[in-house]
Amino acid sequence: MNAVAEVDAGSRVLSYAEAIREAMALAMEADPTVILMGEDIGVYGGAFQVTGDLIDRFGPDRVMDTPISELGGAGVAVGAALTGLKPIFEFQFSDFATLAMEQIVNQAAKLRYMLGGEASVPVVFRMPAGSGTGAAAQHSQSLEAWFAHVPGLKVIQPSTPADAKGMLLAALADPDPVLMFEHKLLYKMRGEVPPGHYTVPIGKAEVVRTGRDITIVAGAIMRHRAVEAAERLAADGIEVEVIDPRSLRPLDRDTILGSVRKTGRLVVVHEGVKSFGVGAEISAMVAESDAFDFLDAPIVRLGGAEAPIPYNPDLERAAVPQTDGIEAAVRAVMARAV
Amino acid sequence: MSQMSPDITPAADNRPHAIRAYAPEVLRDALRKMHLIRRFEEGAEDSYMRGLIHGTMHLSIGQEASAVASCLDLGPSDKITSTHRGHGHCIAKGADVGRMFAEFFGKETGYCRGRGGSMHIADIATGNLGANGIVGGGLPIAVGAALTAKRLGRPDVTVCFFGDGANNEGAFHEALNMAAIWRLPVVFVCENNQYGMSTSVARSTAVPRISDRAAAYSMPGVTVDGNDFSAVAEAVGTAVARARAGEGPSLVENLTYRWRGHSKSDRNRYRTKDEIEGWMARDPIARFERELIAHGILTEAEAEGIAAQAVAEVEAGIAFAKDSPAPDVTDVTRYVYAGAA
Ligand SMILES: Cc1ncc(C[n+]2csc(CCOP(=O)(O)OP(=O)(O)O)c2C)c(N)n1
Ligand SMILES: [Mg+2]
Repeated sequence: MNAVAEVDAGSRVLSYAEAIREAMALAMEADPTVILMGEDIGVYGGAFQVTGDLIDRFGPDRVMDTPISELGGAGVAVGAALTGLKPIFEFQFSDFATLAMEQIVNQAAKLRYMLGGEASVPVVFRMPAGSGTGAAAQHSQSLEAWFAHVPGLKVIQPSTPADAKGMLLAALADPDPVLMFEHKLLYKMRGEVPPGHYTVPIGKAEVVRTGRDITIVAGAIMRHRAVEAAERLAADGIEVEVIDPRSLRPLDRDTILGSVRKTGRLVVVHEGVKSFGVGAEISAMVAESDAFDFLDAPIVRLGGAEAPIPYNPDLERAAVPQTDGIEAAVRAVMARAV
Repeated sequence: MSQMSPDITPAADNRPHAIRAYAPEVLRDALRKMHLIRRFEEGAEDSYMRGLIHGTMHLSIGQEASAVASCLDLGPSDKITSTHRGHGHCIAKGADVGRMFAEFFGKETGYCRGRGGSMHIADIATGNLGANGIVGGGLPIAVGAALTAKRLGRPDVTVCFFGDGANNEGAFHEALNMAAIWRLPVVFVCENNQYGMSTSVARSTAVPRISDRAAAYSMPGVTVDGNDFSAVAEAVGTAVARARAGEGPSLVENLTYRWRGHSKSDRNRYRTKDEIEGWMARDPIARFERELIAHGILTEAEAEGIAAQAVAEVEAGIAFAKDSPAPDVTDVTRYVYAGAA
């Protein structure tokens, strides 16, 4: 494992997985009520090696391997959060949160409200998500929109190592349940990560790249594909503004609407299935606002195909937006006469 | 559907159950399937290393007796539900290894037309309702299949394979209870290979034997040496006969071991080399083969012939898969619904 910098030695390059691990270690050192729960997060180190060696540092009482019991495990985390612990519950794959919907949707999300504000459920669910690993239909889904539909939950989706660390620490400080979606293709991605404790606020988008011609809103792995497409387009003089929403619920309305007012064109990209997805919400938000008056072209959404994620690698690639498709969509929007 | 050999002499006969109860050709075919599973798994592993197969896979090397003996009394219209570690079950139920490899290679000729891969391998025609990417996902489905048989008055039995890890899912408990209250023709076969990924049964499960859980659902529960072909055949055979006679479900626990890691990314940090080697010394195939030779069912030369035939079948299967066409990417939304593409 990487050495965790204990001193202010400036930013280091860490992988996304290492950045999450560093955040968990910092939180556990600072707060004895923080515990980790999940399947094979102990000696195995987690299916994606995110918890790694934390079992050696914090022991099995704080890095708890659960049986393969997602509903029960998530519910135990909710109960513990309700009564004074701060559990970070790792789903081995976010697909398996479907087995725990009861506790997430009926209990965690609603307890504060149902009890008239008298209860608090400060639990964090970690959600490895997305396709691209050949794991097929039941291990590759992007279900973040399902959870973003539920009042009482917060849904975040960091796309860089620095954001992953800062947003996880923000989620831990948050008194409400937070689901952090982690795209599996990001785990090995490396980037600068500040040392020590810091938070990246939940509900604040990042303008990754500024541009005057068109806005792309894209999170998780799609942010990186959008930036790649933007760089290609810049060579042809098309200046793309790329916005990473980072947080889906709450959504940073002001940053997105401000950008659309400036560029007058919008493409929304996500991996989750297109219909009834995050893009639908963002498009409707624009259509319902005064930013609508600034649009020079219809909004375009790119999303996952209306199908489960297939196993065959070519089909799998075809099932979700790729850089070429984003580039083509931008060109098509730009080609529309004003 | 067990084929009784005509010349059994029950009183003085202390040969193993399987030797007594099944015709020599049935036993030889069972050995053939066990070899085929082993070679298939090795072929799949090798193809994965060469980059011909992507994603991940869960190999069942070491568990062949459990798969084959549990399917011994099943006919083509009987059903099984399988797991992520399901290649052996698929072959035991009668699948063609060429079409299995084609699936793993993502080809249109594969059992799932390249859409499912290893974790979703199925063969509806031979009654294999499918592997499952969801631990415990097959348990209620097996109960549903048994409900169909009962409602429609069919004699079919469903054998439901699942791992030790799955016994802690709520679905396990809900499924066993419903199977019991409705007296459905289903046999729950737990392949206890000692670990669910890295978590041992002792660390995950409150009872010492998973078969102890049968008592909570008022059904017979038995634990057997899952590497002993005859012991599995006897226990599951008894349960299948009971189910077919309308007497309801049973739980059989086969104690076994997976020689390989959980999946392609396992570093085996939770078990010792000694433990793994100890279990490899209890190879279920070598044991069954020795037994058949000792009881005059098979000669050494015939045993070698069966092993060689498995190698050839796997090679031919891989060649078929390599030569098969890939799906057309424009078909990505095909098969989501019945009817049009
Ligand atoms: C609902 C669900 N939870 C977790 C997983 C991840 N997972 C896949 S296999 C496995 C271990 C299963 O153990 P067991 O049932 O004993 O089967 P074995 O792998 O030993 O054959 C786990 C945790 C999953 N696929 N589905
Ligand atoms: Mg197991």
